[in-house]
Amino acid sequence: MLRSAVIVFPGSNRDRDMVAALTKITGTAPAVVWHQDTDLPDVDLVVLPGGFSYGDYLRSGAIAARSPVMTAVREKAAQGVKVLGVCNGFQILTEAGLLPGALMRNAGLKFVCREVKLKVANAGTAFTGAYMQGQILRCPVAHHDGNYFADAETLARIEGEGQVAFRYAEGTNPNGSLNDIAGIVNAAGNVLGMMPHPENLIEALHGGTDGRGIFESLAA
Amino acid sequence: MIPNDTPITPDLVKSHGLKPDEYARILALIGREPTLTELGIFSAMWNEHCSYKSSKKWLKTLPTTGACVVHGPGENAGVVDIGDGDVAVFKMESHNHPSYIEPYQGAATGVGGILRDVFTMGARPIAAMNALRFGAPDHPKTRHVVSGVVAGVGGYGNSFGVPTVGGEVNFHPRYNGNCLVNAFALGLARADGIFLSEAKGVGLPVVYLGAKTGRDGVGGATMASAEFDETIEEKRPTVQVGDPFTEKRLLEACLELMASGAVIAIQDMGAAGLTCSAVEMGAKGDLGIDLDLDKVPVREERMTAYEMMLSESQERMLMVLEPARQAEAEAIFAKWELDFAVVGVTTDTLRFVIRHQGEVVADLPIKDLGDQAPEYDRPWVAPQAPAEVKAADVPAPNDLGAALLKILASPDMCSRRWVFEQYDTLVQGNSATIPGGDAGVIRIDGASKGLAMSADVTPRYCEADPYQGGMQAVAECWRNITAVGATPLAITDNLNFGNPEKPEIMGQFVMAIKGIGEACRALDFPVVSGNVSLYNETLGQAILPTPAIAGIGLLADVSRHVGYAFRAEGEAILLVGGHGDHLGQSIYLREIHGREEGAPPPVDLAAEKRHGDFVRGLIAAGEVTACHDLSDGGLAVTLAEMAMAGGRGARIDLEADAPHVALFAEDQARYVVTVAAEAAAAICERAAAAGVPVASIGVTGGETLRFGDGAAISVSSMREAHEGWFPSYMAG
Repeated sequence: MLRSAVIVFPGSNRDRDMVAALTKITGTAPAVVWHQDTDLPDVDLVVLPGGFSYGDYLRSGAIAARSPVMTAVREKAAQGVKVLGVCNGFQILTEAGLLPGALMRNAGLKFVCREVKLKVANAGTAFTGAYMQGQILRCPVAHHDGNYFADAETLARIEGEGQVAFRYAEGTNPNGSLNDIAGIVNAAGNVLGMMPHPENLIEALHGGTDGRGIFESLAA
Repeated sequence: MIPNDTPITPDLVKSHGLKPDEYARILALIGREPTLTELGIFSAMWNEHCSYKSSKKWLKTLPTTGACVVHGPGENAGVVDIGDGDVAVFKMESHNHPSYIEPYQGAATGVGGILRDVFTMGARPIAAMNALRFGAPDHPKTRHVVSGVVAGVGGYGNSFGVPTVGGEVNFHPRYNGNCLVNAFALGLARADGIFLSEAKGVGLPVVYLGAKTGRDGVGGATMASAEFDETIEEKRPTVQVGDPFTEKRLLEACLELMASGAVIAIQDMGAAGLTCSAVEMGAKGDLGIDLDLDKVPVREERMTAYEMMLSESQERMLMVLEPARQAEAEAIFAKWELDFAVVGVTTDTLRFVIRHQGEVVADLPIKDLGDQAPEYDRPWVAPQAPAEVKAADVPAPNDLGAALLKILASPDMCSRRWVFEQYDTLVQGNSATIPGGDAGVIRIDGASKGLAMSADVTPRYCEADPYQGGMQAVAECWRNITAVGATPLAITDNLNFGNPEKPEIMGQFVMAIKGIGEACRALDFPVVSGNVSLYNETLGQAILPTPAIAGIGLLADVSRHVGYAFRAEGEAILLVGGHGDHLGQSIYLREIHGREEGAPPPVDLAAEKRHGDFVRGLIAAGEVTACHDLSDGGLAVTLAEMAMAGGRGARIDLEADAPHVALFAEDQARYVVTVAAEAAAAICERAAAAGVPVASIGVTGGETLRFGDGAAISVSSMREAHEGWFPSYMAG
């Protein structure tokens, strides 16, 4: 049984989607933790959901990365607990220094909500085991600041170490991300940040279930 | 700074949008000259936007009751029973004037305002739509307005976290000087968890919640009740500035507080801010309200009482609180880092008393502010019926395929993908559709039922014949909801017109309302909320009459809704409602022949109901694989859209001598459905028995849409034409 916790910031807005997805797929409702809390329950997975944690003021994720709960998230990550950041959660993880690089404004300068194709670039991570290497997935994106950037040295390192988990495939890069990067893991492999929203493609109502694999990988 | 006891001159009265006879009424009512703050309060309460003084007489004629109606017009939003103790709370409201002056903020705060209307009632917003009208594409300001409005709608709704599931975008030169931004929001609540604005109990604390008060939007409602002229740029300070992050926190804090049982009455601060909300709460509850402005949280220095009372700063609420629960309530607002201040008290005096820096700056009879607002029976003339355009007098196109491609690529008919991809259509995880179909469909969280919704009006029809146009708007909305398989429940109306002081404009308004009322009665589709926006004129040029109708419908099982994409090869294509021959005011006539002429297609409400009920029955029985209504562009466009969405073509049998008439006629009460080939004959027989003309007109399949032996257009070329216009226009 996968025990999980979802962190809620005042401007989170895909927290309920994430809670629903975790509940439906793992069979257990996650703990919901307020950003001002300083303790996290004993869990296998901590999720930073999508949204606009602090209105995206200053920079997306910048203020949230400094909120009280993040100290506990860092500790959990250091202990090897899995941490998943989706969309704003990915932005928070880069701002918190738990993942390398940064998410800049989309190359098109506009918010973009559409379905893209994702290629599983590393099926060997704890988050992607349910997929095949190179598998093409459908997945929606919904963001204004998803343009992944890292300096050349960092980029070479994460590429070399297999830290790129997902890439936008078949010409569907929606935001100008370098190397079509859609999601990366940290060097230890227990922290994943991704811009697309797997929690919004998990059941028939959504028109597909390609997003379930991430949660199923974790629950396996 | 003008002192509060400044003498009230005729110029000052005029600049507050009050007519001399209205001012005389104020003098008679209070028996003395008003203070400046009082004049401001009257101006805020008595302008068209807040008082509905020109429209009230006619709005009263609309049907507002029905089996599903819990709360009709008069509250912040309408409330409709959707079974199992759940209610849907919804409304549509305009933010036209501010959006033209400052497109991003105008549109953003329009979305913010309507979301607040919904959650003020205790409902969590679960879906949004918007109906947008812009000037001609080649007008120098249009691109700027489109870009700002769309970004503003998205910027606010996306951050707040409500999925935008549908809407409309039109272009027409008559909106060159006045764009329309009509924002719709739908929320979900429990039937026993609805909150109203009526204050109850004397001596109870009146609490200010949310964001601080600034000078933004001072006089906004008065501005929105006047025509524009060349001084429009000077009006920018009357536009509010939105902060969706604060609104999101306000939502969560309010719902948390409501769940605690501490809220007696609550009202959001929208148009005319503190004034309107306080007066409404007091007047509805037959109570007076005393406010102490020194307690109001402000974000600017040296604000006057006048400014505080008329500020339209966003993300604010006023509440009457159960006093024993104050500490608990304060803690909730502290948690969400929002202001919470006791700014007044309810009284039994029926007076609206404002204190500021130790002085009483206003002391007015609270009931009269609302009840005694002027109400006009404005003179009106029914518009002349336009000459009919006979189908026989409309030439065929030189090339049917080229004509269809041209229509699919035209500004009004092309794909809105450029627009809706800037909106988060998926947040909350309950969206069953993305925009582009007949109606948006969402699941009720945790249940198997769903709601469908659509916003509709065809302004060119309303211009030609407002009565038929009003009926058509309701009928099309009802049809769109039916086309996904839902049972239509109720509507909200957003009536956008020009200057009601002109009898011909008033005539458009009156006739449109008559048409809307007629259709609502026939289709059992009551009006539960709405908004009127008049004075949409610039330099004497009025907009097209645009009574936008947004309706909702219920799906008992959301998984049974149908989309409009051709789903499989070899399915039978059925035309429900028969072939048409009405080309007056059609898209074909306008886009291919450059003529905006004739009468709009007549609406036969009995046929509308019969055909719709038949289609809904087919969908409920699981016999339909795809369904799309016929509207702008007629049969050809409906088929093309189904083909493009499904990525597959069709062969259509056309026996007509004049295929362009059958393909582009915009006769109402019609649908195209696809069914399994072997089921078609039986369905046609059942239809005949039910008095519904249904004909099998073709078969799905292949890569082209082929009309008889004539035109054959590839699906890929249609897509290219359809998807191309908007991005290339906006990049231009």
